[in-house]
Amino acid sequence: MSRPMTRPMSRLIMGPFNRVEGDLEVHLDIADGVVREARINAPLYRGFEQILQGRAPLDALTIAPRICGICSVSQSAAAAAALGGLAGVEVPPNGRLAADLVLACETIADHLTHFTLFFMPDVARAAYAGQPWHDHAVARFTAIKGAASAEFLAARAGFLHIMGTLAGKWPHSLALQPGGTTQPVDMGGKVRLLSILGAFRGYLESRVFGDTLERITALDSPAALAAWAAEAPPASSDFRFFMHVAEALGFDRLGRGGGRFLSHGGFFGGGVWDGALSFFNPAQVIEHLDHAWMSTPTRPDADKPGAYSWCKAPRLDGRVMEVGALARQVIDGHPLARALAADEGATVRSRVIGRLLETARLLPMMEDWARSLRPREPFCAEAPLPDTGTAAGLVEAARGALGHWMTVENGLIKSYQIVAPTTWNFSPRDDAGVAGAVEQALVGTPAEGETPVAVQHVIRSFDPCMACTVH
Amino acid sequence: MAALEADTVGLPAALARFGVRILWHPTLSEESGVEAHAILNAVLDGRQPLDILCVEGSVLRGPGGSGRFQMLAGTGRSMAWWAEALAAKARHTVAVGSCAAFGGLPTAAPNPTDACGLQYLDDEAGGLFGPAWRGAGGLPVVNIAGCAPHPGWIIETLAALAAGMLGLDDLDTLGRPRFWADHLAHHGCGRNEFYEFKASAEAHADMGCLMENLGCKATQAPGDCNLRRWNGDGSCTDGGYACIACTVPGFQDSAAAFQETPKVAGIPVGLPLDMPKAWFVALAALSKSATPARVRRNARADHVVVPPQNRKPKP
Repeated sequence: MSRPMTRPMSRLIMGPFNRVEGDLEVHLDIADGVVREARINAPLYRGFEQILQGRAPLDALTIAPRICGICSVSQSAAAAAALGGLAGVEVPPNGRLAADLVLACETIADHLTHFTLFFMPDVARAAYAGQPWHDHAVARFTAIKGAASAEFLAARAGFLHIMGTLAGKWPHSLALQPGGTTQPVDMGGKVRLLSILGAFRGYLESRVFGDTLERITALDSPAALAAWAAEAPPASSDFRFFMHVAEALGFDRLGRGGGRFLSHGGFFGGGVWDGALSFFNPAQVIEHLDHAWMSTPTRPDADKPGAYSWCKAPRLDGRVMEVGALARQVIDGHPLARALAADEGATVRSRVIGRLLETARLLPMMEDWARSLRPREPFCAEAPLPDTGTAAGLVEAARGALGHWMTVENGLIKSYQIVAPTTWNFSPRDDAGVAGAVEQALVGTPAEGETPVAVQHVIRSFDPCMACTVH
Repeated sequence: MAALEADTVGLPAALARFGVRILWHPTLSEESGVEAHAILNAVLDGRQPLDILCVEGSVLRGPGGSGRFQMLAGTGRSMAWWAEALAAKARHTVAVGSCAAFGGLPTAAPNPTDACGLQYLDDEAGGLFGPAWRGAGGLPVVNIAGCAPHPGWIIETLAALAAGMLGLDDLDTLGRPRFWADHLAHHGCGRNEFYEFKASAEAHADMGCLMENLGCKATQAPGDCNLRRWNGDGSCTDGGYACIACTVPGFQDSAAAFQETPKVAGIPVGLPLDMPKAWFVALAALSKSATPARVRRNARADHVVVPPQNRKPKP
C-alpha cells in the first residue's frame, strides 16, 4: 500500500503480547508519537476446520472445545447448538438451564480473569510510578503478585465448582449435548450450586464492586455511574478504582472503535447496532481472505503475497463489526451501555465497564436459573441426527459472537467453519483494504518507546483470545 | 488455563509454597514484547538460570519444516526453535498437556500443520527433540499428559521437580509421572456398581455404565481423575460422558466416534488391557444375569428411580 510520506514514519513490531490468550503480534506505523496504521498478526495456524472434516458429527463436541482452554464451554455450546439444529431437537428446560449456567460461569470467570489478571496489571506498571493512585495499583494488581490476583484466583476456583457440579469438569467437557446436558443434579446438587453462587456473589459485592449487584445493574447513565463511583474512595472497590484510573488516564478517549456492534444473542437480546438496532442476518457473514495466509477458507498458504495474518477477516454485509460484552449490553438496550456508546463510543473504558456491568447482571440471572432447576425431571432429550444437512450454532462467548457452520453429508462432517469473536475483532484488512476493528481502534493511540503502554491498554481492552481466532 | 485454579489458591501461590518462582508466563506475567525478549535472551546466553521449562501446545513443524505455523511473536523465530533452544538451557523440560507431550489434537488426521510433541509423536519416541534427548538434570521430557491435565498433576510435578524428588523411576515408559499415571481413570468412578453388573447407559444422562455403549475408555486410561476429582467433586464419567482417554498418546484419532463404543459381534472392543477377553465376556454375562432390578432400572434413568432397600428392622 502506498501513502504520502509527509512525516518520518517508524515501524514498531510488538510481541509476544502477554496477558492475552494465545499468540499475537502487532505491527505499528508511528509518526509524531502516534499510531498511524496498525496491522494485527495472529502468528499461529492449527487447521481445526480440516481436522473436523470427514469425522462423525458428534465428534465436533470433543474436538471444537479443544480449540481453546479458556473459551472451551462456548465452543461446546456452539457445536451443540449446530448439532441441535441439525437434529431439530427440543432441549428440556433443565438441560437449557444447566447449559446456560455452565456457559455463564465461563463467561463471568473469563470477564474477571481479563479484568484482574490481564488488563489491570498494566496500570501497576512502573511507567505510572508517581501517579497518586499508583501505590494502590501496585499492591492490588501487580502481575502474579498483586493481592487481587490471589483473592480472585481463590474465588474463581470456588466458582468453577459449578463446572464440577453440572459439566464434570472444566475445561473440555462433553456435558453439553445437542439434546441437553449429561449431568443431572439432585436436590443436594441444586443447593450446592446456590451455595457456590452465593459465595461468589459475596466476592463480587465485597471486592469487585463494593456494592450490591442490583445497585450496579440499576446504574442507568454515565452520570449515575460517576456519582456512584464518587460515593466512596477509589480504593474501596476494584470497579471504583478502575473508574478513578480511567479518568486519570483518559480511557474514555482511548482506543475508540468504529461503533458498529454485533451480538448473536442468548442471555441477552441479539442483533446489530449502528446507532440504531437492526436484525442480524447470518447469511451476510462473509470471511475475506485477501490478507490472510489462506488460499481457501480451510487451506493455508504461508507465502501468499499481501497476506500478513493467519486470521481471516469476517465482515457483515461488508462492514467491520466489534463484538464482546459491550456490544451485547448495547444491543440488549441496557441504558448505561447505550449511553456510553452514544457519548464516548467503544473505548478502553466502555469495554471494561461493559464486562463488569454484564458480570453484575449475569450472576443474579444464574441464581434464578439454579433455583429453577427441577431435580428428577429430564436434562437431556434424544437427538438422532439426520445423514445430511446444514446447520449453524450461533452463541455468545465471553468475548463475543461465536458461530459454527456445519454441513453433514452421508453421516459425516463435510465442512465445518468457525468464526470466533476475536476473528471479528482482530481481523486483518478485508478484500476492500478496510482495516479490522482493533486495527482501526489503534489509530491515533500514543506510542512512545518500545512497549507503548497505551497500545497495550487498547489491545487488552478487547480481551483477545488468539487461540480461538486461528483455530 | 486449567492450572489457574490449582489447589484452591491459584497457580502462583501453589507453586510459591515450593519456592518455585514464575520467571515468565505468557498469560500471567507483566512483561511483553522487548521486556519478554530480554528474559528469554538472558536464559539463552546463560545469565538467567532456568530450572524448569514448561511447554504447552503441540510443536508445529510445518509448513515444509519451517515452523511458520507458529512463530513466537516479535522474534521472527518459530516456537519450535525457541522450545529447542530453551530446553538446552533448562535443568528440566516439562510438556504440559497431551499436545506438548504427544502431539495431541493438532496431529489428528490429516495433521495439517505437521505437528508433534516435544519428545513423542503419538507413542513413538522422537518428536522435536529425538528419543535420546535428556535435560541437564538427566530426565527426558516429563509428560504431564491430559487434555486438559488436572491442575494437581501440574503443581505436584513441578513441586516434586523443584524439590529434587522426581527421578526416572517416577516416570512411566511414556514419561508420565507415575503418581497419577499408575492409576486408571476408572478407579473411583461413581458408576462403579453399574460397571460391576454391566448395567449400561444407552442415552446421555442415563446413570448406567458408559463403557458398553457410549465410548468410555476409563478402564484403559491412565489418570487418578475419579480419585482426586475435578473442579470440586466432578469428573468426566460422573459428569455423564465418556472418558476419551485424553492421557493416552493418539487419543485424538479414536478408532470410532468419541461417544460410541465400537463392537465386534456385540462385544465392545477395547476391554481392560490386562484382562483375558474370554474371562471378561464370561464375567460380564454372569454379572448381567445377576443384576438387581434396582441397578438395571436406574442404569437407564437419569435419576434414582429405585432406591436401595432399607434393612428390615430386627424383631
